[in-house]
Amino acid sequence: MSRLYVARNPQAAARSLDGEMMIMSGRDSTLFTLNRTATILWQSADGTTPLDEIVTRKICPEFEVEAEVALRDAESLARELASHEIMHLSEAPIDISSKRNPLAGDTQ
Amino acid sequence: MSLMLEMSDKALARNIPLSVQVDLTYRCNERCVHCYLDHDDHGEMTTADIKHLLDEMAEAGVFILTFSGGEIFLRKDFFELLEHARNLTFCVKLKTNAILIREREAARLRELAVDSIQISIYSHRPEVHDAITLVPGSLKKSLTAIRFLKSQGLKVTMANVLMTANAQDYPGVQALAKEFGVEYTLDPTITPMMDGDRSILKLGVGQNALHQVFRDPSLVGDADAFCAIAAPPGEDTLNSIPCSAGHTACYVSPYGDVFPCVQFPLPTGNVRQQRFIDIWQYSDRMNEVRSIRLKDLTTCTSCTHVSSCTRCPGLAFMEGNMRGPSSQDCEKSFVRTGVPSANMLSKQRAAANLVQIRALPALATA
Repeated sequence: MSRLYVARNPQAAARSLDGEMMIMSGRDSTLFTLNRTATILWQSADGTTPLDEIVTRKICPEFEVEAEVALRDAESLARELASHEIMHLSEAPIDISSKRNPLAGDTQ
Repeated sequence: MSLMLEMSDKALARNIPLSVQVDLTYRCNERCVHCYLDHDDHGEMTTADIKHLLDEMAEAGVFILTFSGGEIFLRKDFFELLEHARNLTFCVKLKTNAILIREREAARLRELAVDSIQISIYSHRPEVHDAITLVPGSLKKSLTAIRFLKSQGLKVTMANVLMTANAQDYPGVQALAKEFGVEYTLDPTITPMMDGDRSILKLGVGQNALHQVFRDPSLVGDADAFCAIAAPPGEDTLNSIPCSAGHTACYVSPYGDVFPCVQFPLPTGNVRQQRFIDIWQYSDRMNEVRSIRLKDLTTCTSCTHVSSCTRCPGLAFMEGNMRGPSSQDCEKSFVRTGVPSANMLSKQRAAANLVQIRALPALATA
């Protein structure tokens, strides 16, 4: 089974409001808020770390959940975020050398 | 409740400045007759100053960043600053006259994913628009820029400040906005100069034009509902804040001065001397603004319009009291409903007293 890679879309605007991530789509200015799991996914979506690794390293230790279940949920979440064009999803590493959001998720 | 309102409420509860306007320069390539700014450069922030400020604002939790001026494209480092802002993942909005935007600039704005661009258009007639900007050909240039921006798929709003010189032209600008497929917004408020000079207020529209605006469904929706007298305020209303200035929003001038709002010239600190977040959290003046609730207003609390008035605390401040009324908003409430505000009634009583006093010497000499 091929691995999935996720990357934040640099066209989106983003800020963490006291731990709750606000994302505005660069496509149509739709505003989204992400829950804790989705926020972790967003912050870890660097285009080079495979989704399963994000799940095992970042999500599973945070929540008491089986890796298989967590991966299924994370994949579904990633596909949803990708459908809103706030995240890129690919079966190959995503080159985001031109990404403009090095601080996304690291700021307050 | 919309998601943005929900996030505003959360920002309010956590004292986070969700939205900040930064004026990059007061220099301008137009000379609009009603403009409240001094266009000379008295020592603007450098590129490094502004980048540092943006870093601090991102850390403070600012999400919506509006770059305005003056004319922002007069800064040679504009795109460098914009790119830095987008690297910090701000939602960036721009206010400009757009005269300097060509295809290349429009494409770059798209590439940097600017959220929206607000452009001042005063009339659909060049002779009226250009007479306000004092720049021949300015309407044509602004409209050409809007075409470039629209061709990039960017979101544009035509902002139409209303004054006596263009009072009858707003339907023409509305039609123009429709033709271009852009948003339209109208503002009948003329703001006093930042140094307090109120002479430009005479350019503002009179009550007849305001009445027309407030009765126009294309602007206000259901005119009867819009012009209805609001129900008396409940305790929740009286305990609410007058507006977002100093609560979830503030303004930074090209010189680094921080104010509660662009229309509220109360200096609260300077980002070249203090951290942005320290000014936001600890400035005594910012905290004084923040402490005011509707129930604390001196005259307005007893006014019929208290719960529906557009009272601007900054305009009230410029009249001498941040807890007092804003006469321009009193007039709007009066024109909208036909009921004079408490402030207007108080002034009428004072004027009647003055007449009586003036009559006394005449009696003495009779």
